[in-house]
Amino acid sequence: MDMSTPVGRGPKMKLVMIGNGMAGVRTLEELLKLAPDLYDITVFGAEPHPNYNRILLSPVLAGEQTVDDIVLNPLDWYADHGITLHLGKKVVKIDRSAREVEAEDGTRAGYDRLLLATGSNPFILPVPGADLPGVISFRDIADVDAMIRASSQYRHAVVVGGGLLGLEAANGLMKRGMDVTVVHLAPWLMERQLDEPAARLLQQSLEEKGMRFLLQKQTAELMQGGSGRVAAVKFADGEIIPADLVVMAVGIRPNTELAESTGLHCKRGIVVNDTMQTFDPRIYSIGECAAHRGVAYGLVAPLFEQARVCANHLAHYGIGRYLGSVTSTKLKVTGIDLFSAGDFSGGEGSESILYSDPIGGVYKRLVIKDNKLVGGVMIGDTVDGAWYFSLLRDGKDVSELRDHLMFGQDHCGNLGHQGHNRATTMTDDMEVCGCNGVCKGDIVKAIREKGLFTLEDVRRHTKASASCGSCTGLVEQILAVTAGGDYSDAPKARSVCGCTDYTHEAVRAAIRQNRLLTIPQVMAFMEWRTPNGCASCRPALNYYLISTWPGEAEDDPQSRFINERAHANIQKDGSYSVIPRMWGGQTTPAELRRIADVAEKYAIPSVKVTGGQRIDLLGVKKDDLPKVWADLDMPSGHAYGKALRTVKTCVGSEWCRFGTQDSTQMGIDLEKVFFKMWAPHKVKLAVSGCPRNCAEVAIKDVGIIGVDSGWEIYVGGNGGIRTEVAQFLVKVKTADEVLEYTGAFLQLYREEARYLDRTVHYIERVGLDTVKKKILDDAEGRRALYERLLFALSVERDPWVERAREGKLKHEFETVAA
Amino acid sequence: MNQWTDILDVNDIPKLGARVVRHGSLDIAVFRTADDEVFALEDRCPHRGGPLSQGIVHGRRVACPMHGWNVELDSGCAVAPDQGCAREFPVRVEGGRVWLERAAVGLAAV
Repeated sequence: MDMSTPVGRGPKMKLVMIGNGMAGVRTLEELLKLAPDLYDITVFGAEPHPNYNRILLSPVLAGEQTVDDIVLNPLDWYADHGITLHLGKKVVKIDRSAREVEAEDGTRAGYDRLLLATGSNPFILPVPGADLPGVISFRDIADVDAMIRASSQYRHAVVVGGGLLGLEAANGLMKRGMDVTVVHLAPWLMERQLDEPAARLLQQSLEEKGMRFLLQKQTAELMQGGSGRVAAVKFADGEIIPADLVVMAVGIRPNTELAESTGLHCKRGIVVNDTMQTFDPRIYSIGECAAHRGVAYGLVAPLFEQARVCANHLAHYGIGRYLGSVTSTKLKVTGIDLFSAGDFSGGEGSESILYSDPIGGVYKRLVIKDNKLVGGVMIGDTVDGAWYFSLLRDGKDVSELRDHLMFGQDHCGNLGHQGHNRATTMTDDMEVCGCNGVCKGDIVKAIREKGLFTLEDVRRHTKASASCGSCTGLVEQILAVTAGGDYSDAPKARSVCGCTDYTHEAVRAAIRQNRLLTIPQVMAFMEWRTPNGCASCRPALNYYLISTWPGEAEDDPQSRFINERAHANIQKDGSYSVIPRMWGGQTTPAELRRIADVAEKYAIPSVKVTGGQRIDLLGVKKDDLPKVWADLDMPSGHAYGKALRTVKTCVGSEWCRFGTQDSTQMGIDLEKVFFKMWAPHKVKLAVSGCPRNCAEVAIKDVGIIGVDSGWEIYVGGNGGIRTEVAQFLVKVKTADEVLEYTGAFLQLYREEARYLDRTVHYIERVGLDTVKKKILDDAEGRRALYERLLFALSVERDPWVERAREGKLKHEFETVAA
Repeated sequence: MNQWTDILDVNDIPKLGARVVRHGSLDIAVFRTADDEVFALEDRCPHRGGPLSQGIVHGRRVACPMHGWNVELDSGCAVAPDQGCAREFPVRVEGGRVWLERAAVGLAAV
C-alpha cells in the first residue's frame, strides 16, 4: 500500500471526516492552520446543524442562551475553507479496501485519510417502554428542542440519572417550569465525582430550588398513557410516579458501531495510539469515540489536545504525541459552585483535610497522598479549584503548604483585583486583570465572540492574566461560566515554549551532558521546531548556557531581553533608567556629587530613591548610556537584570543601640562577593542586625538576621504579586559561613531552577527539605556549590565598565543618521 | 524611477538584531534576520508605540520589548490575535549595503 502520496503536486489528497462535532472540527481547524492546501476535505454530520458547542446545551435548555449563541462554525466557515459538508447524512459503511465511505442516502466519498469523530451515544436503560414517545436522552440540539417543547405542554418530568448531565437536564427543565424528579440508583448524587457529604450539600441546595430526588431507586418500567406517550415511571420496589417526559441520562457510550462494522479494533472506544491513529494507518480517530490508553475522554481540553496532535500528523509534520489528561469537573447549574478533580475517595496511604460549614453551605475535602494533592471535592466555594487542580496536575509537593492549603491561594495576600475572588458576583464593568486593565465584560465578550475555550486563548486575545497571573483563578472561573466548565489540561511537564516539546530540565541536562556551548548548537541538538527560537526560549537558553559553562559558553546579546542587552531598564517612552550600585546601601559625598553632576549634565528628568536603598536616574537617552556610566564611575547595579540586585541593610551594631551584629558590613560583603551574578530571575538580599528586622529580610530571596550568637539565614521570600514569607534555612556563627551558605543556596538555585522561577517557586517545586539536604547535610557538596559560584563570578566583568571604557558592542548605543 | 539612499553596511546590524536609522523625528528600525534578510519598519509597535528595534528578533518576527507583541518583519503587522501594523519602508540590499527608498523616508530626491 502506497502511503506516501506526494505533497504539493498533482491532485490533493482526500480527507473524509465522519462526525461534525467539536473535537473533529477542531482537528480540521488545526490542520488548516498547518497545511491549508494539503487535502480536499469532506465532512459527514448526522445532525442537521453545523458544529456547535455541545457543552452549552445545558444553558440553552435553561433558557440562558440560544442555539445560535452556541454555534461554533457557521456554514460559511465550511464554504470559506472549501469543505464539502454533508449535513443530516449518517455514514453507514466504510469500505477500507476501496477507501470509500457511504451514507444512508447513498452518498459516497473516497478517502486517502479518514477521521472518525463519531462521538458518543447516550446509554438507554433496557427497560420496557424505553422506546415510548416522550422518552429521550440529553445529547444534542434535537433533544433540547424536544425538552423545550415538552416543557410548554406537560408538567411532570423525570430524569433518570443523578450524574452531571442528569442534574443539568433537571435544572434546565425546572427552569422551564416543569416539576422535576431525579431518579438515581446510587446512594448519593454524582457518586463518581463527589463524596457523600458534598453530594448531600448539593442535593440540599438543589432541593431548595425545587428539585425532587429519589435515590437508590431502580427504574423497572416506563408506562404508557392513553395518548400513547409515556405517562409514568415504575420502580423495582413497585412505586409509581407520574412522568410526561423521561430524560435518560445514565451515561454515554463511545459510538464505535461504524468502526466495529469495518473491523477496526475497539475496546471501550476505537483504540488509538499516541498519534490518534487507529489500527488502520489511514484512519485516525479522536474525541469521545476514541480510546486512548484505555480511556475515552469526554471533556473539551483533552479532546482539543488530541485534535492538535492528530492535525499535526495529518499535516505530515509527524511531531507531537498525546499522552493522556487529568480531568476535573464543574457543574453548570447557575448558582451552585461545585468542583471535583482527581481521586477523592481516599484509600490506603492517603489522608484528607476537611472543611465543613453546613450553615454556609460550604464543604471542601482535599485528599493528600505522599505529600501530593491527589484529589479534591468542593461545593459552595470553588474559588481555588483552579489552583488545587494545578497543584494536583503538576504533582507538586504540598508539604510546605499543608497548614494553609485549605484556605486557598488568596490566603497569602494576592494583589491586583480589588480582593474579588468570585467571578459570578462581579459585574461586567469590574476589573479582573489589574495589570492590563481588562474588565469582566471584555473577557466574556471575547469568549463568546471568538469562541475561546482555554486559558491560553483568553490570554492571547484579551491579555487578562497574561502579565503577573494573579487573576488566573478569576479568569478561569469566567471561562468556566461562559464557555462551559469542564476544561482541563494535559498533565504533561511543561515544555520550554512552543518551539520544542522538551522541558527546561531536559534542555539543561542536554547542555551539560553534551557540552553544548551556543544557542544554535542546542537548537540543532534538540531539534528545535523554529529556526532561531522565540522571545521566550532564547533568553532561557542563553541563561542555561552561561550558567552551565561559565567562561566557555557564548553569551549572546541578541538573545537577551533589551534591559540585559542595554544594561539599563527600558521605560515606557523608550528612554532608560540607570541605577548604580551602592554596596549595602552605603554611599559617599563624592558619589552623590557625581550622581548630581551626571543628572544635570545629561538633563536627566527624574532622580528617585529606590526601595532597595539606591538612586535611580530615570529618562536617560540610550545614546547617552555609555557616557553616563563613564561619568558616574560606579559599578553596575544590575537593576535591569535577572541577576543579583540589591542587598538591603539596616545600620546595624555600628550605630544602632539595639544592633547585635554589623549588618551593613555583612551586606557589603555579600554584595561584593555575589556582584555580577546572573540567575534564573532577579535575586534580592537583605541583612538585618537584630530581630526587629528593619531591612525586611522576610520578603527577600535570601534574608539574614543577626542575633547575639550569630546569623539566621532565611530563603525564598518575595514581596511581589504574592507576598511570600522567607523560610528558615539555618543558623550559623560567622560571617564567612553566611557567605558560604548563601552562595551555596544561590548556586543551587542557579543550577536547578527553571528560567524565570524566583527562589520561592524553585523551593515550592523541589521542597525545602531537598534544599536543606544539599546545603546543610552535605558539607562537601555545599562547598562545591559555593566554589562553582565563585568560579562563575570570576569570569564575569562589570558590563558598564566594558561598555563605557572599552567600547564593547558600541553599535547598541549608536543611531544611524539617514 | 525610485531613488534610494545608502544607509549602512549589513554587517553594522547584528544578526537577529536591529539598528535605528533616524531622520528628523522619524525613527526607522532596520532589522537583520539570521539569513541576512533586511527589513525596515517605523520604530513604533502598533500596540503602544514601543521601540521595536529593541525587541528580540526570531525568524522573520520581532517581539516588542514593551508588552511582547510579535510583529511580522515583512509586513509590519502584528501576529494574530493582536491587530495593527507598523509602517513599513522599502529597503534593499546590494553589495552588502542597505538602501532605503528616499521618498518613503522623507528625503529629497537627488
